[in-house]
Amino acid sequence: MEISVEINGTSHTSDVEPRTLLVHFIRDAAGLTGTNIGCDTSSCGACTVHFNGEAVKSCTMLAVQADGQSVTTIEGLANGDQMHPMQQAFMNCHALQCGYCTPGMVMASVSLLDEIPDPTEDQVREGLEGNLCRCTGYHNIVKAVLSAAGGGQ
Amino acid sequence: MIPVAFDYIRASSADEALAALGEHGDEAKLMAGGHSLLPMMKLRLAYPSVIVDIGRLSDLSYVNDGGDHLAIGALTRHRDVEINEMVQEHAPLLAMATAHVGDPQVRHRGTIGGSLAHADAAGDHPSALLALGGSVVATSASGDERVIDGTDLFTGFLESSLEPTEMITEIRIPKHTGQGWNFQKFNRRAQDWAIVGVSAQRSNGSAKVALVNMHPTPIRATAVEEALAGGASAAEAADQAAVGMEPSGDLNASVEYRSHLARVLTRRALEAAGIS
Repeated sequence: MEISVEINGTSHTSDVEPRTLLVHFIRDAAGLTGTNIGCDTSSCGACTVHFNGEAVKSCTMLAVQADGQSVTTIEGLANGDQMHPMQQAFMNCHALQCGYCTPGMVMASVSLLDEIPDPTEDQVREGLEGNLCRCTGYHNIVKAVLSAAGGGQ
Repeated sequence: MIPVAFDYIRASSADEALAALGEHGDEAKLMAGGHSLLPMMKLRLAYPSVIVDIGRLSDLSYVNDGGDHLAIGALTRHRDVEINEMVQEHAPLLAMATAHVGDPQVRHRGTIGGSLAHADAAGDHPSALLALGGSVVATSASGDERVIDGTDLFTGFLESSLEPTEMITEIRIPKHTGQGWNFQKFNRRAQDWAIVGVSAQRSNGSAKVALVNMHPTPIRATAVEEALAGGASAAEAADQAAVGMEPSGDLNASVEYRSHLARVLTRRALEAAGIS
């Protein structure tokens, strides 16, 4: 069936099978490969995007469920050459090693601060429970999120 | 991982969804948030030939004050249950169990009705429903409604007493304002299902206890409840937590270990609920 999904403000229309996963639509139909596929079982969070403003795992949604709805991916965060404050905080705090989990971590972190603008360290750790970093770089990721919440201090 | 091909019907009303169920019967599955069904379809443990998408039925997303109970729309997402002030005040056990489901991304999509219809013994919601003495409203393709008590809802491994042409439209939770309660969940990673979990809820001098992942179905720990009613202490009653249970052993826990966990966690839950 033909569906249209607004991704990062641009409408993407494509004819898809109902069983097409949202993450495949984002990567293959829209050509936005910043969103990674990790475990493909809704455990690791690498495929996290914003669906109508909230973090979701795009490997556990059908593209048809997103028909007519709004998706933001990691490519949609920056304003031109100016990084999103969360991206800048990840860079400042060295919150990545191999980088594979990073797009999902950043998207989950932005969603977390939308819901809890001034979280405690515990709230950040709990709020990111849906994202796994196999480099175990969690300490700096938590620092980055706290830094972004504090206005990049 | 890609599911087996299926026909997709997007319902714009509960009537439309029920009509599709009436037409396709056993071949069709309702998809709400899809966070139990879609993973099973990707693993090809489930392969319905028709998916009826009810995820956009926003008129079934609500928490209403029903007087002596809370009426929660079946399509209410976990996140919306978790942070709802009425749920936090009148059924804090449900708010806490909901906050333990999966992770934030899962809770943004999964729904309370979907979780209960999935009838997973390892799910957190069913134990809260049982300990709170809740029920669900099932609506059929013919338009009939019936109320199913939580204790009659779970009939077997991932099986419920819902007919193939029925859908859960509402969940009813008796208010337990200001009464002692507790939820215990033991798992190895933050986002995992419980290896064993316990819901405990006091209610005007008695207590209900329900266990997660200790039996093929979500289940009340009736031996614990009867011991408490007979005057046993929390520790004595908790010793009965594995009586009559048939837990499975797996990579995470043997049958013996699960039984041990059930006793320990039940004691903790009872004590935290204010039962000594």
